[in-house]
Formats: sequence, C-alpha cells, structure tokens
Amino acid sequence: MRKPVLSLHDLKVEFGTRQGVVKAVDGVSLDVHAGEVVGLVGESGSGKSVTGLAILGLIDPPGRIASGSINLDGQELIGLPDSELRRLRGPSMAMIFQDPMTTLNPVLRIDTQMIETIRAHENVSEKAARDRAEAALRRVGIPSPAERLLTYPHQLSGGMRQRVAIAIALLMNPKVLIADEPTTALDVTIQSQILAEVQQLCAEMGTSLIWITHDLAVVAGLADRIAVMYAGRVVEEGDVDPVLDDPRHPYTYGLLGSAPSRNRRGEKLAQIPGMTPSLANLPKGCAFAPRCVFAADDCKVASPGLTRDHTRTWRCFHPVHAREAAQ
Amino acid sequence: MLAYLIRRIGQALLVIAAMATIVFLSIYAVGNPVDILANPNADAKEMAEISARLGLDKPLWEQFGLFVWNALHGDLGRSFVFNEPALKLIIQRMPATLELAFVALIMSIVIGIPLGVWSGLKPDAWSSRAIMSGSILGFSLPNFWIGLMLILLFAVQLKWLPSGGRGPTTDVFGIPVSFLTWEGLRYLLLPAFTLALYKAALVVRLSRSGTREAVLQDYVRFARAKGLSPTRIVLVHVLKNIMIPVVTILGLELGSMIAFAVVTETVFAYPGMGKLLIDSIGRLDRPVIVAYLMMVVVIFVVINLIVDLLYAALDPRVRLQEAE
Repeated sequence: MRKPVLSLHDLKVEFGTRQGVVKAVDGVSLDVHAGEVVGLVGESGSGKSVTGLAILGLIDPPGRIASGSINLDGQELIGLPDSELRRLRGPSMAMIFQDPMTTLNPVLRIDTQMIETIRAHENVSEKAARDRAEAALRRVGIPSPAERLLTYPHQLSGGMRQRVAIAIALLMNPKVLIADEPTTALDVTIQSQILAEVQQLCAEMGTSLIWITHDLAVVAGLADRIAVMYAGRVVEEGDVDPVLDDPRHPYTYGLLGSAPSRNRRGEKLAQIPGMTPSLANLPKGCAFAPRCVFAADDCKVASPGLTRDHTRTWRCFHPVHAREAAQ
Repeated sequence: MLAYLIRRIGQALLVIAAMATIVFLSIYAVGNPVDILANPNADAKEMAEISARLGLDKPLWEQFGLFVWNALHGDLGRSFVFNEPALKLIIQRMPATLELAFVALIMSIVIGIPLGVWSGLKPDAWSSRAIMSGSILGFSLPNFWIGLMLILLFAVQLKWLPSGGRGPTTDVFGIPVSFLTWEGLRYLLLPAFTLALYKAALVVRLSRSGTREAVLQDYVRFARAKGLSPTRIVLVHVLKNIMIPVVTILGLELGSMIAFAVVTETVFAYPGMGKLLIDSIGRLDRPVIVAYLMMVVVIFVVINLIVDLLYAALDPRVRLQEAE
C-alpha cells in the first residue's frame, strides 16, 4: 500500500479547564495520501478544528497535545521545537480558516501579507516575491491581481478575501492543506466556486486536502474519503461513497437524515435528539449512546473498538446495517 | 479631505471664541490685581491711577470688547507685571515646555509599549504581574510626590542629576533647546520622567489589553500558520493593530502634558509655561492667564486634528470624509 503523506496515530489533545481536563481530540487516527481529499465531518465541538490546529502545532495553552503521533512525510511533528515547526508551516502544511473577514490582518496591505509569507521561508528579493504573489492571486481567480495586491482587506469582498487567504496558503506549495470550513461564511454561489477552485488547485499541485466541515453535501462532491468525528473521536471513516450511501455508524446515519434533500421533499426532517455532550463530562461507554436510537445496554458500559471491512472502519456495537438486517 | 479640514477649523474657531469668553469673564471675577501690584503704602489716588493705566476702571463690557478687538488683531494684552505682551512671554517659555512634554512623550512610549506588549503576550508570568502592579503605582502616586522622591534620590542622595532648573541651551532655527547636549539633557531627565510616568502607565495598560485581544484574533493564527517568526508577528501584525488606540490616547495626552506640566515644572523649578502660569496666578496677572489658557485651547485643537490625521494614516479603514 502507498505510504501516506500525513499520518495521525492515536492523537490526543487536551485542554485544562476549571471543570477538569477536556479531551477535545481523543485518539484520532487518520491517513492522508498524496493528492487525496479527506473530508473531516462533525458537529461543533466534535474536535475537527482542534485536530486541524494540532497538525500545524497551533494548539495554545491551556491546550496541549497529550499523546499520539503526527507524521508528515516521514517526519514526526509532535515534540518538534516551534522553530522547526515554523519552517514546515507554509512549505509542508498550510491552513485556511472559516471567517475570511478576520483571517487577514486589517491594517496590512495584501502584498505585505503575501510577500512576508514567501520571505519567511525563502531568501528571495522583494520583486521576485511580489511577482509570485501576483501569480498566486491570478491562480485563485482574482481579476487584476496587480491592483488587488495594493489594497487592504476591507476593500475586498468576503469571497475575494477567502481567495486571497487560499492564495497565501498555497504560496509555498504545501504538501497538505487543511481547510477549516472556509466556505461556511460565504454565499452559496461563491461557496461552490471556491470549492471547485481549491479542489482544482490542489489536484494541479498534488496537494492533499483535509476539508473540515459540518456540511455533508460539500464533502459528498469533493472528498475521496470521509472521516466522521463525534466527541473527539473518529466514529466512522472510509471511502466517501460507501460511507454516505450506506453508513454504518448511527451518528453518520443521523447526520445524513438531518440534511434536507430533494428526494425527500415534504417529509419530516429527521433529527438527532439531544445535543453534543460536554467534553468535560462524557458518558461512560460510547459517547453517542445517550442520543442513539439504536443504543443497547452494552453501549453504556464500554466504548466500542474499531470494526473494519474492506472500504472503511467504524466504532459501534450495533452498526446500522446489522440492525436493519435483523428486522 | 479639504472639506473635512475646513469643517474642523471652523469648529476649532468656535471652541476658541467660547473659551475666550468664559476665561475672560471668570478671571475678571477673581480678586483685584491693583491690590497686589500697588505699593502697600499707596493711597487711593495712586491706586486709581494704576487702575486707569491698566484699563481696569472701565466697565466689564468695555474691557471685554477691548479684549476681543485686540485679540482679533493678535494682541492678547500686556502683562501687568512685566509690561510686555502676554503672548510674547508665553512664547518665550514655550520651547522649554514643549521640549519637556516631547521628551516625556518619547519616554512613555519607550517604557510603556514594550512593557505592555510583553505583559500582554505573557499575562500570567510573574514579570507581567509585576509590570501591572507597577502601572497601578504609576497611576495612583501623585505627580509632585514622585518628583520630590526623584529629587531626593537622584539629586540629593546619589548626586547624579541636577535637582531643578533648565540646562544650557543651543539654538536650533532660533529656538533654544537643551536636549542636544548631555548637560542639557541631564536637567530634562528627572522632570520628563516624572511627567512620563503616568502616561507610561496608561500606555502599558492600553498596549497590554490591545495585545491580549490581538493575539486571539484569526489574523494572528493565520500569520502563525503561514510560518512567520514570532518576532515578525508581534512587531508587525500585533503592534500595528495596537498602535491605533495608543496613538489616539497619547495624542490627546500630549495636549494635557503641554498644558498641565504646571505641577512638574513647579517642583523642578523648570522655567516653562506652567511655571509662568502659576507665577501669574499668584500675581493676578490677568492678561498672561488669559493668554495662557487661550494658547492651551489652540494647542489642544491642533493636536486633536493631528491625531485624527494620524489615525487615518494608521488605520486604512478610516477615511476622512463625511458619511455618504
């Protein structure tokens, strides 16, 4: 089997709070291969953004990476001093964030923010860096990039700003791009444009993409593989079609049911009862059990281990298909 | 931009006119300068002569009318004591005060911003706690007491610095300044530090809260994700954002430093405008008091305007136009 570009193994991220230690990410393992698009899906608080930040080493106190391994292209990132990590941020891994209104520094011009990125990693002239910045803007579909370089962020629309952020993230041709819900704050039309552009750019550059979202529809059209997170764990992971067409984990099943669909117009929209549990106070056993319609007594005792078939893995004692077969 | 400037200048003139009226009328209500100026043995006739010579025998409205008329011609009256134009007296003393205020301003920036940013970056470190406690002292200790303590320590005990007065001056474009020579600077250090301490405490607090806010912003996280060095993130990304409130406040404070260096100048017997004001109040030298206060108003108005312009230069989102 191919060697993954990025490999997370049993990653645990904890936050020390007054209520005790919160395990925001609790044993996440995930492989991302070269050029692959992985959708990381889950509700707010499921640990998907923290996972992304942990990969870049951007977890700040009171948070810390408690244990596990993050291997990027053969190099272990956990335990690396910040100066070493800094050299990797940009050329090896990059991240874009949810709100384009706040990701760019409001008092610095676009050219400053792009050129500094290049010059933080390469010893090139201002002129050469500027040319590359201009080319990068053109590549993400920004018209008249030379003029846009001279503007301040507030002079650009939200979609433009997110394009600039994407251009900055891709400036150094990273091996892995982590996109943390970058289209959530945008209009639907802009959303799909940006989605398509990022996908195309990553494919051209051979950059692997981790797309963090709560929107299954986005992942369905974009990702090769999908990992569904719940309460800090990956509860189901596999190729995108089998997972979405025939989910095993009741949570995935519930998520799919709660998305509006044209095929079920007029039907009552299914909901997952309850809400995401507080990570400081997780139930014993399976974290999803209190909300799960299929939960049995054994779910409340022990946490389910990994089950796998040829396309995917899941963590559930009573996976969906088994229950349906039994009926 | 031009329309903005014209409107601001119009507002400024209005403020100055209102101020002139208030100041003149209220000073008129205080005491009788003739009592102080005249020889204690003078009789009523001599007193009446002095009163007539100074124009104090005229009714209030006539005195005020004369004052406004002369002020419009650039004449704010003659000092009763020195028999020289009040404005000239003030302008003679102004370089000393301006110099003191600017040195104090620079001190408060040089002390305040690094300490504030540091304690904002490491809010829980013991050094930051020490800085914050120190800034409370800076706020709450009275200015004159700090001045006296500094004199005791550095002038009396250690004998490192002179206890008061102004050092030798050199002329730059005809303006006497003392900060160009070490000897002159030695005289400036203590009073400027006294004046700067309160402002430095203010700057520490402003830059600390600004920094704490800025480091949580997405743009800082994004800057880190780009692989920028912490130095660049702090010096460019954070600092430029926190400079906006710091410049605004410091600009306004500069006005008050110039206008109200009175206490510090008195403690250090520093021959600036503040000392002149105190002396003039003691002698009921009305024209000098009025001229001084008018000058202060003008200084405040000008500084406010400069702050607004600077603000626009620092924050690209601010445009100096009327709302459309």
